Amino acid sequence: MTPSDTESLWVDDDAGPVVRPYAMTRGRAAARNRYNVISLVMATTRVAPSLEVGIGPEHVHIVNLCQRPLALAEVAAHLSLPLGTVRVLLDDLLARRLVRVTEPAPTNLPDDSVFEALINGLRAL
Amino acid sequence: MDYELSEGDAGAVLPTAIKILIAGGFGVGKTTLVGAVSETKPLRTEEILSEQGVGVDDLTGVESKSTTTVAMDFGRISFGDDLVLYLFGTPGQDRFWFVWDELALGALGAVVLADTRRLADCFPSVDYFERHGLPFIVAVNCFDGARRYSLDEVKAALNLDPDVPVTLCDARERESSKDVLITLLQHVMKGRGAGRARQAVGS
Repeated sequence: MTPSDTESLWVDDDAGPVVRPYAMTRGRAAARNRYNVISLVMATTRVAPSLEVGIGPEHVHIVNLCQRPLALAEVAAHLSLPLGTVRVLLDDLLARRLVRVTEPAPTNLPDDSVFEALINGLRAL
Repeated sequence: MDYELSEGDAGAVLPTAIKILIAGGFGVGKTTLVGAVSETKPLRTEEILSEQGVGVDDLTGVESKSTTTVAMDFGRISFGDDLVLYLFGTPGQDRFWFVWDELALGALGAVVLADTRRLADCFPSVDYFERHGLPFIVAVNCFDGARRYSLDEVKAALNLDPDVPVTLCDARERESSKDVLITLLQHVMKGRGAGRARQAVGS
């Protein structure tokens, strides 16, 4: 294999992320909070936070994305980051009160009005 | 539950988020169904697991720790500003139960998609939801040229509780996929009306 073949093999996304997920989380593997994949994230500020120690480009990206409520899974998909990485980043943002996060009730079923809204909403699609 | 740190913000109330799982064997049409009803193209998210989190492999004596990436496709349907439904396809590899537990936590119910040519592929999904007490229905995806069985035959083959609805669908069709979700919602509502005890999945 010539050097040029090697170069053409690993371009763009094929080369993998330039910055590894653990670098963005400064080595932290697990978040303190146990966010659900449908935990909704919404920024508390319209102004993107300035980069400082502990606030990186990914944090800013999340604040910009979450000007409307998005689920954790959506945030992760838009940032092309694993769920676990985004959970750690959310810890940082919550600690600085830059986002709000709500959890779905884990056990309680919603009341009839929610079921009716879902069923009627689906029929109207 | 709102996190304590969110207090003091004067922002609007966040919508209610509802989650439904779409399960079934590999290639049965889970992402197709999600895409048929989702308001956006299905999105993909990933969870990275260390192999220690995967229950099957025996790593005794294997010193190098490797990781596995599990991908999930999902879609979203918003109903006004205060209600949003998320549909999550479960990872096709049935051994990633850790990820299933995480997905099932807080889910309203599940659709098990079945292909009658490979009915056994949906056994693990049916087992999982039965064990965890998560209400589910079975939707038989009618592939072109697939040998058709009656719904009763499918029900018998899967050894389902008589209460579990079994329905036919075409996961490519929006109307058909909508009907599947409505059938599930009605089933969950009915089960709750009957006072069925519901346990937290994963506890």
